Amino acid sequence: MNARVFLNPFRLIGLSALDTAAQIGRWGGLFHETVRALPKVDIWGRLLLGQLARIGVDSVPIALFIATFTGVVMALQASYTFTGAVPLYFVGALVGKTMILELGPVLTGLALSGRVGANIAAELGTMRVTDQIDALETLAYDPVAYLVVPRVLAGIVMFPIVVVLATAVGVAAGWATSLQLLDMSTPEFMKGLRLFFEPWDIQFAVIKSLSFGLTITSIGCFFGFTTQGGAEGVGLSTTRAVVVSSMVILVLDAFWAATLL
Amino acid sequence: MSILLKDIHKAFGSNRVLKGFSLEVHEGETLAIVGQSGTGKSVALKHIVGLLRPDRGEVWVDGVELGGLDQEGLYEIRRKVGYVFQFAALFDSLTIEENVGLGLRRIRGMTSDAIRDRVKECLRVVELDGFQGRFPSQISGGQRKRAGLARAIATQPGYLLYDEPTTGLDPVTTTIIDRLIIRTREELKVTAVVITHDMASAYRIADRIGMLYEGTIRFLGTPAEIQACPDSVVRGFIEGKPELLEEAG
Repeated sequence: MNARVFLNPFRLIGLSALDTAAQIGRWGGLFHETVRALPKVDIWGRLLLGQLARIGVDSVPIALFIATFTGVVMALQASYTFTGAVPLYFVGALVGKTMILELGPVLTGLALSGRVGANIAAELGTMRVTDQIDALETLAYDPVAYLVVPRVLAGIVMFPIVVVLATAVGVAAGWATSLQLLDMSTPEFMKGLRLFFEPWDIQFAVIKSLSFGLTITSIGCFFGFTTQGGAEGVGLSTTRAVVVSSMVILVLDAFWAATLL
Repeated sequence: MSILLKDIHKAFGSNRVLKGFSLEVHEGETLAIVGQSGTGKSVALKHIVGLLRPDRGEVWVDGVELGGLDQEGLYEIRRKVGYVFQFAALFDSLTIEENVGLGLRRIRGMTSDAIRDRVKECLRVVELDGFQGRFPSQISGGQRKRAGLARAIATQPGYLLYDEPTTGLDPVTTTIIDRLIIRTREELKVTAVVITHDMASAYRIADRIGMLYEGTIRFLGTPAEIQACPDSVVRGFIEGKPELLEEAG
């Protein structure tokens, strides 16, 4: 009896690991279905524009809001750290490098995992529990082509655009802060900004944000599609979509840093 | 052509829902399936359009066995079948016109004007003409069910499946829906399967009634035959007397 109680945590960990592996397998299955549905342009083609707007354009305000304040704080904290030790123009280097390589893509990704991932999981989850996905099937529509493909494509296309915009605004906010609050001049800030800048940094940010777009939309679709039960199930799927996509974003962030830098 | 379900077994985990369920629906007839909640009526209905696959057994629709079909083959069959969902399952983000016209968009060569005309005609049949621009959230439950029926008949299917079309509706709206089902059968000559708990409705609309009990068909016959059936399980259900069911169980 005691041994069984002692072994219970291991059993729970084992079951949890099996469940996670099964979820990854099912996500892989949906991803495979998504790739297979790509040729069905007649189904998803006319829906893509709407999703580009919903997933991309509608996300711009929150992304810019986050980037603006990140840029301001970056400039202030860099100045606080560097004063008396490092020339102040390094503020431009730190703001630019950090915004482009890390904070622009990751903070935007995390914010959009909440805005976009949750939205997709809740919408598709509600459609699942109210038989709307079954209804699509009975109308001879491939639900993956109708619901998943346009969302995932929109994520892949729009995330890099939103991240580039957010990064640019973040750097601009850092520059404006440097001018107004740190007594720096534009040439000083630009000198720092150019100091360690590599064009590859932009490509790196775009690759990262593209993978985040794919991750957030496909995970949102997966949890929405596999929703069970009623309102509680939709809530659970939405939470899982945000938590899992946030975790995967951070793992991918480390992965890209380790493999591409 | 007809619908044939042969020895269907279906379980969800340890819960065996259908245990050798067999049923043949003849061409042009309306067959009602009745039974207590949770006996697997909707599960049986979903097998007819391949939304669920049986663990064992065969489903034949329009002379084709669904088990051997790939996705495209299944879509071909689904184009011949209209499905009216229990809560209509209209798409929230689409207007009533877009909802009803969605299946028509899958028909090659159908122009936007032709789709609009067909949608108008279907909405006229269910007495919802003029509601084209509204969203599902802007109409009542009964109207949603009628819109769901309009969507199901839009593609002029040979088969119609109704999953509890009158559940939750007031008696007047129930009668309106029943009349629509009868009218649809008469005008479109469809073969229909109706899942219902409402015996008065089943007597009105069905040519035959099948009672599902413990995973199989317990009784199958005309409305007159089921009312004269001496089986205490059948009597217990149609007369709403649980003690008769307990006696038999």
